[in-house]
This record gives sequence, structure tokens and C-alpha cells, in this order.
Amino acid sequence: MNNDEIRASLLKRSRASKNEIFGKVISGICITIIIGVVVSIFYFVASKGLATFFTDKVNLWKFLTGTVWNPSTNDAQGDPQVGALPMIVGSFSVTFLAAIVATPFAIGAAVFMTEISPKLGKRVLQPVIELLVGIPSVVYGFIGLSVVVPFVRRTFGGSGFGILSGTFVLFVMILPTVTSMTVDALNSVPRNYREASLALGATRWQTIYKVVLRASVSGIITAVVFGMSRAFGEALAVQMVIGNAMLLPGNLISPASTLTSVLTMGMGNSVMGSLSNNALWSLALLLLIMPLVFNILIRWIGKRGAMH
Amino acid sequence: MKKRLIALLGLTSLLVILSGCQLKQTGESITAVGSSALQPLVEAAGDRFTEDNPGQFINVQGGGSGTGLSQIQAASVEIGNSDLYAEQKSGIDPKDLVDHKVAVVGVTPVVNPEISVKNLSTDQLAKIFSGDITNWNKLGGPNQKIVVINRAQGSGTRDTFERWVMKGRSTMQAQEQDSTGMVRQIVASTPGAISYMAFPYVDKTVKTVNVDNVTPTDKNVQINKWKIWSYEHMYTNGKPTGLTAKFMTYILSDTIQDEIVGEMGYIPIKDMKVSRTLAGKVATINE
Amino acid sequence: MTARKWDKVATTVLYLISIFIIFVLAFLLLYILISGLPHVSWHFITGRSSSFEAGGGIGVQLFNSIYLLVLAMIISVPLSLGAGIYLSEYAPKNWVTSLIRNAIEVLSSLPSVVVGLFGFLVFSINFKFGFSILSGALALTVFNLPLLTRKVEDSLQAIHYTQREAGYALGLSRWETVIHVVVPAALPGIITGMILGMGRIFGEAAALIYTAGQSSPPLDFSNWNPMYIASPLNPMRSAETLAVHIWKINSEGIIPDATQVSAASSAVLVLFVLLLNLAARYVGNRLYGRLTGVKERK
Repeated sequence: MNNDEIRASLLKRSRASKNEIFGKVISGICITIIIGVVVSIFYFVASKGLATFFTDKVNLWKFLTGTVWNPSTNDAQGDPQVGALPMIVGSFSVTFLAAIVATPFAIGAAVFMTEISPKLGKRVLQPVIELLVGIPSVVYGFIGLSVVVPFVRRTFGGSGFGILSGTFVLFVMILPTVTSMTVDALNSVPRNYREASLALGATRWQTIYKVVLRASVSGIITAVVFGMSRAFGEALAVQMVIGNAMLLPGNLISPASTLTSVLTMGMGNSVMGSLSNNALWSLALLLLIMPLVFNILIRWIGKRGAMH
Repeated sequence: MKKRLIALLGLTSLLVILSGCQLKQTGESITAVGSSALQPLVEAAGDRFTEDNPGQFINVQGGGSGTGLSQIQAASVEIGNSDLYAEQKSGIDPKDLVDHKVAVVGVTPVVNPEISVKNLSTDQLAKIFSGDITNWNKLGGPNQKIVVINRAQGSGTRDTFERWVMKGRSTMQAQEQDSTGMVRQIVASTPGAISYMAFPYVDKTVKTVNVDNVTPTDKNVQINKWKIWSYEHMYTNGKPTGLTAKFMTYILSDTIQDEIVGEMGYIPIKDMKVSRTLAGKVATINE
Repeated sequence: MTARKWDKVATTVLYLISIFIIFVLAFLLLYILISGLPHVSWHFITGRSSSFEAGGGIGVQLFNSIYLLVLAMIISVPLSLGAGIYLSEYAPKNWVTSLIRNAIEVLSSLPSVVVGLFGFLVFSINFKFGFSILSGALALTVFNLPLLTRKVEDSLQAIHYTQREAGYALGLSRWETVIHVVVPAALPGIITGMILGMGRIFGEAAALIYTAGQSSPPLDFSNWNPMYIASPLNPMRSAETLAVHIWKINSEGIIPDATQVSAASSAVLVLFVLLLNLAARYVGNRLYGRLTGVKERK
């Protein structure tokens, strides 16, 4: 073998490095496509949603704080009535309440599955939870309508439609998501943490509470945020039980509405490009921005609360 | 694993390319989109049409009257179904659209079956929906709070109801539902509930109410004694041609009007004894 | 002794929570099955749906659901796998990556009706796919990608770095390590993600109303030429899925037996999700065993 050949073989890309480039390109293409989808949806929603403010000249502040939603009519000053406050309040109430109720259950179930009885967890709880995800929201809505609403009506009075019923339905809907993500978070806590704690003479609960849960705080927070985003964006099921009255909710059992329920109801009935349609897209834009906001917020809290 | 991955990727791109090329399909089809209330009717007529004319398909989709009118205006579909006149919808330029009235539908107030009230005047009805009357005992019924259930803003049924009952008065903010099925289920199960729906949807679970001592029947609609009714429209962009024209003639034929339109609870156009213009002018039809 | 006591109390509470969750699901399932199964018959599962008479079936809808599921998975699984690999293995740790991650996360909370309208305006109108299975599958992909990508990335991240080092030590490139070592080891997590995704696709209605449509042409099951308009395999025909059917008959349907049909359809749908779940789990376990040589899943 002469020098040139050795040189050539050394300078040529090896099979492995070609392979490496190939892999990088393939996965790069995939992520590019996804980024493309994300960007085009953001652009799409933003361009339609911002038209309310730029084309139809609606005051942003009025939009966020107004309490009357009736895009086809004008108020005393001649501005269209597009006050989104009742829906914003409604959306936030159901989301936070559902998250508050669901979090302890989800963490409890996840701890059970990872720490107490992994066998029962794998065999029974996990399939059960995955099945819950597969039940379509229409079905959740109908069960909500025929079980939860009458229950709330009998127990708490009123018509049964309202934030409370919405909370119950959302609780069941986000439970699987939050639980399975919490399980992942707990599973990623290294085994030697637990062993070290047990070796120090801590009980199982002490280990769970003082070590495992603390070590996975940020993962659990991500799970909860994810669940909240789910709840925030859920439409069909909530729409069936919340009553869809565009009023500021005074209590938990009077009809209220959420951003998604108004959005879903109105879309088909309005003409594209008209003010009522644009106003609905502004709601969609809010739906995109809000989870982003509490994402950042909770991440910040999580950073401060995490174990050092 | 890698081979499988590549095979999957290849298959995907092949599919996308295949369908992107718009390979010519055998058979001919047109798309009708819009009003979800009109959808079952057009779908049934379309199925029958395909049976009679093999290879010609009518693709019927819902999505709401607003969608139907937007899409027919943009000419991205052949037929736009609507519960409303195009002129009534803001954002639509009705100039190029050709209206085909295919059926008439009556709208009636419905109440929870436990409410004993049998008759309401138009004025009382308007006061219920504007929030001025809030208890059934004011109307000769039991001492029970009235639960008003409205349809979504912009829905055809709501427009019809507001036009002929509210007459310019504004409805109060109340529960809203975006489909007749939901309204029926809620009225049936909620004590003291009142709402309104199109005749074909009325069943045993809810109770209809007479308005000004007129019963909500097809006969009364045909002579305009029952005033709360509207036309069902199928719009085309310009004069219909080809398959669209053939289907429009077909759906207005006596067979379809009797066997499908009538069977479903809608009122065939040819049975109407009066006609009503957009502005509300009523004229008797001379046979 | 207090620590011991606390341990007992906590364990009991955790058991109770788990029992409660199982109880909720058992209730939901029994409710759906008991109200639906009595109306399910062979005729119902295979029959044609009717637009206004009683006694319609769901045969076509069931077929559409499965076909759409397969198409959507074919498009979204490779994409999310690639993207997940990139995010987990190649992406530099900087603010751009975390922005992308956040954006994907936000996308997953987008109400499906918005995804549906996006799909309608982009795929159906702009790309001229019309109301078709293809538009529906693409919309479902958009709807499903964020969750799947996230799930893939998480599962890959959970694989210990020693596994990767072992791969490099054997002289494998990073890509080869990922494909031959990391992905197989992360398979159980990826499979779980896929099952969740499949369940969501199967149950999704709002995103499909405007894309795959709410009706199907009268299908000709003797003609499997994908180019023929009434062929079951034609990706350009409109298709009503089971979940859309449930939604439709409950909202504006005028068939007299709507309650029974919707209850029975829900029961069939849930049973199918259960079946998919079991099948995916079985295949996943087999695949995991074959690829990693591990007999029993951890």
C-alpha cells in the first residue's frame, strides 16, 4: 500500500461519519418540519387574531377587560362589543381548580406506581390510565351531562351547569396526562438516592417525601403545567357542562363560559374575515399565549423551589 | 429499525406525492358544505342521487351556515348550505350568489315536560328571553325559576326565533348551546328549562308550546298562521351548471321533496301556500 | 415511632388514591359499556349508517377511523421520532432549543377546533385536498406531533448516559448508538406515547369535522383501486370517523334512535381503544425483547 492510498483512506470520511451525517440530516429534517408546523400555526392564528385590533380597530384593553361579548352589535361609543373577560375568568377558574384537585391524586397514583407497588402499578393502574386518555371528549361530555350535572344540581342547587361541573369533568380528563408524566419524573430519580436514604434509616414515606418527590419537583411541575395546558385547551367536554353563558361567573354553580367553548360554538356560524370571526381568532391567540405565560411563570417558581 | 424507519419515511413521502399530484379520480363529484341542520337532508338526497346516477357523488359536509356562505363566496365548493339568507350574514356579498330554497322549517318554543304551561303570547315569550319574566308562576305555571337556553350567536335557528319573536328586543345573556341535540337533551333534563328548536327535532322528551293560541304544525306554517319559520337555502356561485344543476333539479323534484324532505319533518317548498320575502312580505301563492 | 406511623398512614392514603382512580375508571367504563353494549350487534358494527331512519350501523365509520389512524400514525411516528432524537441527542443546549421545546409544548394545548380550522384552510383549501382522508390525517398529525415528540424526547433522555458511552466505546457513531442502543432501550416509553397518541386520534372529533369531513361517499367495498372515488382506500375521499359520527348524531342528527346509536358507538370505540392498547403493548414487548435481548420488561 503506498502512501497516497493511506492518505486517501485517512482523509476520506469513514463509514461511521457518513452515517453520522445521514442521521443528523434525517433528524434535522424532522425537527425542521415540526418547527415549520409550529411557526405556521402561530403565524396563522396571530395574523387572524391580530386583525381584530389592526383591521377592525378594537382597543386591546377593552378586549381584555370588557364584560359583554356580542360582536355583531356596538356599544354606546359605537365600538363593537368584544369583551373577553368573562371567558378569560372562566377558563382560568376551571383550569386552576381542575389542576388543584388533580395534582394530589396524580402524585399519589404516581408514587403508588413507582414506589409502593410497581407490579400492581404496571399491571392495573398504567393500562387503566392509558385507557382514560383514549375515551373521546364527546363521551366525557355526555357522561358529564348525564351524571355530573344532575349530581351538582341536586347537591349544590342551581341548574347544575357551571364551573364546578367543568372542574369535575376536567379533573378526570387531565388526571391520566398528569399521572403518566409524573410517573416518568419519579422514574428518572436515580435509584441510589432511594438506597442512600433507606440506608440512613429513613422509612419509605420519608424517602418518598424528603428525597424522591423533592428530586423530581421540576418534572412534576412540568406534568402539572402540561395538564393545565390540556385543561385550558379542552373544548367539547367542557362546553357541554359549563353552560356557556357569557357572564362573569359569580359563583361556582352558575353558568359560565370558557375561551374554547365560545370559540368552538361561534366558528361555524361566522363568516371568515368578518369582525365576529376575527374576534374568535383573537380568543384563539389568547389560548396560545396564556399557556406560554404560565409555563414561564411556573418554571420560574420551580427553579426556586427545586432541591439544591 | 433503521430500515423500517426509512421504509416508513419513503412510504409517507410517496403517499404525499401521490395525493399531491391530484391524480385524476374516476367518477365525478361536487361538494356541498354548510348548515349542519340541512346536512342530513342533503346527505340523504345525495345518497339517493348516487343510487340513481352511478359514478356521480355529492359530497355533503357540515360546518355551519357561516362556513357554507364563506366557502361558496370564495367558490371553493359547489354548493353552500345556509339556514339564513346570504344578505342577513355580515361579511357576505350576496351579489354573485344564487339562492335555491329547498325546504321550509318551522321553529317552535319547547319547555321541560314538567311545565304545565300550554300557551304563551309572543309578548310573554319575548319577555322570557329578554329576562323580564323569570318565574313560571307569572305565566300560570308552577313556582319554578325559568332556565333560558339559547342557541349560539349567529345560528340560523336563533336568528329565525329572534326575528319573529323578539322583534328587535335584545335577548339576555344566558346559557348557549351550539346544537339542537344538546338543547333538546338539556331542556328534557333541566327543571324549568325553555328553549326553541326546529320541528324535525321535537320528540317525546320535550314539550312544545302554542304561541298566541296557534299550534306548531306544518299546516299552520304552510299558511303562515305560525309565523316562526324560515327557508332552507342552498346557494350556488353563479348559475349552476353540469352536475350541480342536475342535483339542484333533482333535490327540488317531487319525489325527493315528498319522500325525503317531507319524511324528515321539513316542509316541502311545493306545499307552501304562501311565500315570504327577505323583508318579511307575505304573498299567497296561486296554484 | 412517629416516622413509622406516618409511613403507614401515607401508604394507606396512597392505596386509597389508587383505588379511587381505578374506581373512577371502572365507573366510566361500566357506564359506557352498560349503556352501549345492549345495542351492539353484528349488523350494527358492519351496517351502513342512515341519515334519518332508525337502525343504522357504523361499519363505514369504523373502517374510516382505522384507516385514518393508520395514515396519521404513518406520517407522525417517523417525524416525531426524528424530531425527538434531534432534540434529545443533537440539539445544542441553548435558548433556541428551549424556545422550540416550549413552542411545541404550547402547541399541544391548542384547542383541536383551531387545529381543525388550520387544517381546513391550509390543507383542504390552499393545497386543494378538499374534505379528504389526507387532509384529516395531516390535521391529526399536527394535533399529535407535539405530544409524541415530547414523549419520544423524554423517553430518550431517560436512558442512562452509560448506555451511550458503551455504544461509543464499541466504535459506533452517535447516530448508530441512537438507533441501535438508545431507541430500543427507550422503546417502552415511546410505545406508551404512541398508545396515548393513538387513543387521542381515535377519539378526536373537532379537528376532523372541517378536514376529513362529516360524511362519506357510499363506499364500494368491491373496488379497492385507490383512485376510484368510492373506493375505501381512496385517500382523497371524505370520511366520517366514529368519534365524528357520535358528535354528529348528538348535535344535529335526526335519527330517532340517536341515543342508542351514540351509546353503542361509544362502547365500540372504547373497546377498540382497549384492543389497540393491548395490541400495541404486546407488539411493543415483543419488539423490545427482540431488539434488546431483555426477556421481561423492566
